[in-house]
This record gives sequence, C-alpha cells and structure tokens, in this order.
Amino acid sequence: MSAHDHDHDHDHDHDHDHDHDHAHDHGHAPHPTREDDDVALSPGEAKFLALKGMLVEAGLLTGDEIMRRLEINDRGSPHQGARMVARAWVDPDFKARMMEDPKSAARELDIAVTEAKLTVIENTLQTHNLVVCTLCSCYPRSLLGEPPAWYVSKAYRSRAVREPRKVLREFGLDFPETVEVRVHDSNADLRYMIMPLRPPGTEGLGEAELAALISRDCLVGAALPGTPA
Amino acid sequence: MSAEPARYACGAPVRIRDLDKPGHVRTPFYVRNKTGVIEQVCGDFENPEERAYGRVGGARIPLYRVRFLQRDLWEDYAGPPQDTLVIEIYSHWLQPASGTGDVP
Repeated sequence: MSAHDHDHDHDHDHDHDHDHDHAHDHGHAPHPTREDDDVALSPGEAKFLALKGMLVEAGLLTGDEIMRRLEINDRGSPHQGARMVARAWVDPDFKARMMEDPKSAARELDIAVTEAKLTVIENTLQTHNLVVCTLCSCYPRSLLGEPPAWYVSKAYRSRAVREPRKVLREFGLDFPETVEVRVHDSNADLRYMIMPLRPPGTEGLGEAELAALISRDCLVGAALPGTPA
Repeated sequence: MSAEPARYACGAPVRIRDLDKPGHVRTPFYVRNKTGVIEQVCGDFENPEERAYGRVGGARIPLYRVRFLQRDLWEDYAGPPQDTLVIEIYSHWLQPASGTGDVP
C-alpha cells in the first residue's frame, strides 16, 4: 500500500464519522464512545459500539487499527493550525509554501497531516470564508482534532450554505455588504483550514503570541482572531 | 467509469447533473441542475460511490471545486449578489454549460 493510499484510507474514515457524532451531540468526552466509558449510551452510541464490535469480529478492522486512528485524532489540536497560521503571518515564504502544499508546510513545523488533501483558504479584506460539511462532518481531524459540536449539528450543516450571513451574525461576525461571504462545502475528498487575517496592532508580537490569538473557530471561519490584551 | 472522463479547465462554466443515483453519493441536492464555474482542478481520486461499498482500488476520477453565486442556488438568498459557495464535485456529475447565469 502506498503512502497515499494509506492516507486516503484514513481520510475516508472521516466520511463516516457521522456514525458517532452522537457522542458530541450529547456532550460526552470528545472522542467516540468506548466500551468501558462510564456513561449512559444514546441509541446512536450503542449502534456505533455494536458496529465496531462486528467489524472487529469479521476481521475487517482490528482493535489496534482503531486505537491508532483515535491516537491520530487525539494528536490533532487547533493549536497546530494556529501555529501554521502564525508562521504564515510572519514569514511570507512559508505562507507561499503553505498555500501551495499545506501538508508539507505542516511537516516543517513537525505537524503530521494524514488527510489525503488539505487546502488552506485565505481570508482577505474583500472575502470572508466559512467551512461546512453539509453531508456529514468532514474536518481535518489530524490537524485540528475533533470538530466543535456545532460544526456537526444538522442546524449548522443546513443553514451555513443557505443563510451564511445570519449564521455568522450568531457567531458575532457581521460583514458589510461590500464583503463577499464565500462558503466552502467540504463534501468530498478535500479538507479545509481557513487562514484568518492578521489583526491590526499585532506588529510587535512573536509567533507564539500570535498563535495564542487564533481560536479553533477562526480556522473554520466562524470567528476572527482576538486582539492582544 | 467506462469512458475517459471529461476534463474541465479553471473558469469553465459547468452544470451539475442530477444523476438520481442512490447510495453514498457526494453531490448534495441543493447544487443539482445549477450552473457554476470551475474554481479549482483538484486532481484524481477514487470514486467514493464505489469505495463506500468496499470496491477499493478502482479507477481514479477527476474532482473539481465548482463555484456558484449564492443567488443562483437560492432564489430568495438574503445576502448581497457577490456572495458565493464552492463545493467539490466529481467529473461524472458535471456537464458543460454555455455560460454562467443560464440556470433555467
């Protein structure tokens, strides 16, 4: 199996994460339910555990493969994305490499992205970008970790494409009519990270301080970076 | 896929087909029969409509990102006319369109 196929197989798992989104809807720990979690199971979680057991029993997956995949998701964190953006803000050459090939740019920062194809979309003064997966919950988990609960909710998935400005206003973002709001439906093989605009007044800050201004929601387009205290 | 898939260049106007195909398809209903333009040529990927049923290792087909004006997707879109949406569409769901704005 080639490296690409390997990545792709992992990536494909994500298309099926809707099978256990229930874990997030119910506010449990941010990982798929495990057999020994001391929580009441929702019907979806019970179904998920039963399916997982069947897949292992049928020899289609091993417990070890499932654990390795979970470990990759656990390594993912919004901070990794924030580090990439902060580096891109201070280093135009890095930014150019990141826009061209985000996965290899991530490797420069010792960040391993296992999704088949990652795309970075840059916000500008003219265009604000917002990511949604209308079909399930596609998200660059190896980079950013598990998505927020609202991202996988049916309400967000249906409304973000239909009335993005109203959704953005609920997140506290109100763009003038002169700005283009562009929605990206992450419905197939690509995964997206938004590169927010660097806030004014941050000229003197170092990379780590800049990264601290970038929240998880900024990387989906649902927030703007904070301003330094 | 039997025949060689059609290829589109960036900026080409395309119309999304409604293949009325059941199963694990990745083309949501809200873009079917709508016209947009190719935003990005993403490369070739295995068809998820096959992979979802365990048929892995098949032919790779072109994947595109297609850009629409929101007002072409939703008759009553509430935002300004320049708002857009970009979505990934596999080649067999695309057909050439004569130009933008020829939505019936």
